[in-house]
Amino acid sequence: MSDWVEACAAGDIDEEDVMRFDHGGRTFAIYRSPDDEFFATDGLCTHEKVHLADGLVMDDIIECPKHNGRFNYKTGAARGAPVCVNLKTYPVKVDAGKVLIQIG
Amino acid sequence: MARGMVIIGAGECGGRAALALRELGYDGAVTLVGDEPHLPYERPPLSKDAMVSEAPEIKAIASDAILAEKSIRHIHSVQAVAIDRAAHAVRLSDGSVLPYDKLLLATGSTPRKLPMPGLGPRCVYLRTFTDALAIRAHLTAGNRIAVIGGGFIGLELAAAARKLGAAVTVIEAQPRILMRGVPAEIAEIIHEAHVAEGVKILCGDGIASIADDGKEVRVTLAGGQEISADLAVVGIGAVPVTGLAAEAGLTIDNGIAVDAELRSSDPDIFAAGDCCSFPLAVYGGRRVRLEAWRNAQEQGALAARNMLGAGEAHAAVPWFWSDQYGLSLQIAGLSDEGRSIVRRDLDDGAFILFHLAEDGRLVAASGIGPGNAVARDIRLAEMLIGKWAKPAPEALGSQAVKLKSLLAA
Ligand SMILES: Cc1cc2nc3c(=O)[nH]c(=O)nc-3n(C[C@H](O)[C@H](O)[C@H](O)COP(=O)(O)OP(=O)(O)OC[C@H]3O[C@@H](n4cnc5c(N)ncnc54)[C@H](O)[C@@H]3O)c2cc1C
Ligand code: FES
Repeated sequence: MSDWVEACAAGDIDEEDVMRFDHGGRTFAIYRSPDDEFFATDGLCTHEKVHLADGLVMDDIIECPKHNGRFNYKTGAARGAPVCVNLKTYPVKVDAGKVLIQIG
Repeated sequence: MARGMVIIGAGECGGRAALALRELGYDGAVTLVGDEPHLPYERPPLSKDAMVSEAPEIKAIASDAILAEKSIRHIHSVQAVAIDRAAHAVRLSDGSVLPYDKLLLATGSTPRKLPMPGLGPRCVYLRTFTDALAIRAHLTAGNRIAVIGGGFIGLELAAAARKLGAAVTVIEAQPRILMRGVPAEIAEIIHEAHVAEGVKILCGDGIASIADDGKEVRVTLAGGQEISADLAVVGIGAVPVTGLAAEAGLTIDNGIAVDAELRSSDPDIFAAGDCCSFPLAVYGGRRVRLEAWRNAQEQGALAARNMLGAGEAHAAVPWFWSDQYGLSLQIAGLSDEGRSIVRRDLDDGAFILFHLAEDGRLVAASGIGPGNAVARDIRLAEMLIGKWAKPAPEALGSQAVKLKSLLAA
């Protein structure tokens, strides 16, 4: 049983970009893909706990700002050294221009 | 008979290469030989966080379980002592002999030694986890640490030592710190950060003599100044480990000389990482040797592909980072390729210097700022460099113009 939390307005994030969202002592990263879909993952890199929202989004990849580790933000899959542990992902929906994420 | 792949040097590059061979589906024998007693591990933390924590831990690239799962045989604490190229075999210090189909030399680099007499047990170098542990024991409140050499490793260590309350003096013979590869404007920011944290930096005066009685080190500078310390950490650069390759008759040229596919002068022997010099395609094949973590990683993976016959040329743009206090520096490309500089200011005092060649091509970008403030733009700059782009200087200089838009152009 988990709640949908409002993270931001859809217009707050550019296409092919990412934003940090903090809630309840946790930190998340919200993505807008080049084809205008929204996704959410844990906010910290699994290599050294760096905020991924400072990183670069390219297609369906988020690249960590610290050492360029890569994840597919749609699935959370680790995609390149030095990261080897996957990111947790969260369901996202857009409702009346608001981006909501379901945090478990 | 299939002999398999042998990798000498179980560091960043060798470790990554072994994993990559398996990721690529190679199912023959993979043997990773290293003279350190540890699992392959990351060195960058050794001058950063690991130094500050109470009980430093090794950051392994692969656990024993992963190595076992992937059937990678890791032989540790053993040195490769000779290569018999005709027989395609490597002799190890324990007397055993390993036959290979393809051999990868990933022997790394080792600290350049201070060429003068007087050094003793209180004068140390930092390269390995073992070195780091020994240094950590001296980083206590009030202890006096002399850092000889104002390069990255020395400065990062100085920052770590300050965090632990040690009294730190950095001694640099050059007129400023970070002379090699870092623009003066950025070195100045780092210099000021150290001074603000209480580090004493002495530049422009070479060392005349060192006396180490096992309890204290006394460094005398050419100008007469004397610095006494409980420990002196020497960080004056690194030299490639090439002895094994040289004795086997491989071509050496500021490192084990390899071609764009990382192949040495013997077609069945590859070399990668800190130990090799290679033609850098982004600068028209200029031969360089890099001492950088991501390069070791990328070249390890590339060597693995080419050991399996991919025939792929190295194409990456050099990239480096350093952390000191809350500041992060990132450099893409080699700034000495540039003739002019365009500055782009970002939020929170962060900025990026774009280095342009005579013909306007973007050849490097150096950035500094708090946290990861410069990361995204440096990454985009790296891609522009890789595309041989000639972005308009006004666009580079204006924070209002997104670098991503220049990439699409
Ligand atoms: C303290 C420190 C901080 C650093 N910080 C950064 C940073 O912030 N950013 C960055 O980009 N880079 C940094 N680097 C550089 C980076 O760590 C190196 O570029 C990288 O480790 C090179 O990898 P490598 O595998 O080529 O060599 P290494 O990691 O040196 O591994 C080579 C291994 O081979 C072993 N070996 C050598 N000869 C033999 C033999 N004959 N038989 C068996 N084993 C052998 C060596 O003992 C060693 O274990 C740092 C390095 C150090 C030391
Ligand atoms: S912290 Fe993300 S790759 Fe290292």
